[in-house]
Amino acid sequence: MFKVKVYVTLRESVLDPQGKAVTHSLQSLNYPEVSDVRIGKYMELTIEKSERDLDEVINEVCSKLLANPVIEDYRYEVEECVPQ
Amino acid sequence: MKFAVIVFPGSNCDIDMYHAIKDELGEQVEYVWHDTESLDEFDGILLPGGFSYGDYLRTGAIARFSKVMKEVVKAADAGKPILGVCNGFQILLEAGLLPGAMRRNESLSFICKPVELKVVNNQSMFSTAYTQGETISIPVAHGEGNYYCDEETLANLKANNQIVFTYQDNPNGSLEDIAGIINERGNVLGMMPHPERAVDELLGGADGLKLFQSIVRSWREANVVKA
Repeated sequence: MFKVKVYVTLRESVLDPQGKAVTHSLQSLNYPEVSDVRIGKYMELTIEKSERDLDEVINEVCSKLLANPVIEDYRYEVEECVPQ
Repeated sequence: MKFAVIVFPGSNCDIDMYHAIKDELGEQVEYVWHDTESLDEFDGILLPGGFSYGDYLRTGAIARFSKVMKEVVKAADAGKPILGVCNGFQILLEAGLLPGAMRRNESLSFICKPVELKVVNNQSMFSTAYTQGETISIPVAHGEGNYYCDEETLANLKANNQIVFTYQDNPNGSLEDIAGIINERGNVLGMMPHPERAVDELLGGADGLKLFQSIVRSWREANVVKA
């Protein structure tokens, strides 16, 4: 089986109000070098081996449900793991 | 005219919606649970506000895959009037029945107050009882009502006259002050403000009632044979 780490972030062109607030907060905490923060979501999926192509399954679940393609992008990493 | 109020786990404006239709508008209405398999008996579909599925993942993202939504799509394709308010609007966006998406309010605050809206299109089946350019007062109550779409979609919305309501004083950062839009065909309306909370002067205003009256008027013109 596989452990799949999915990262969902707002698209570059979409303003991130949370990220902007956190950026301001860090700057007021005297970290002027932090020029931008973008907030996203991190999800871990456990996917069993099946006849279907793994990338195809991941791309489907990401574009159907985990991310909203109108405002969000996603990327993922796959780790193969042995069940305990 | 017979309305369905769709109830998802976490809907909380369903009773207000039911009250508006039954007691203020004087039409038939029933609650319909989210796993219902047919909406054939209804003439109009109402998706109420609330926090369906706890707003998990994204607002409306889980509700959009509930069983009844296949029927809502079918009703939309059949030309029946569909109204989504607040979370109902978010569900319609996630379902792709309306274009665009919602972001967190610019202020990051949950905003709950009456706001002034401008009726920018009084030709839709949801707005014929208003006059063009009329200012109305309807309450908002949301944390994610910051409407977004890309430039091409916005150009289409304008070209097809799909923007029905705009905010006079934008409370949430919505693109172009957008408060409510219809689909291209004109039978699906999504709006963040709550017309069902403005149907009686005792509640602070009745400007929302005309929206429901517009739906009934259009439906009667199309479906009731004049004697």
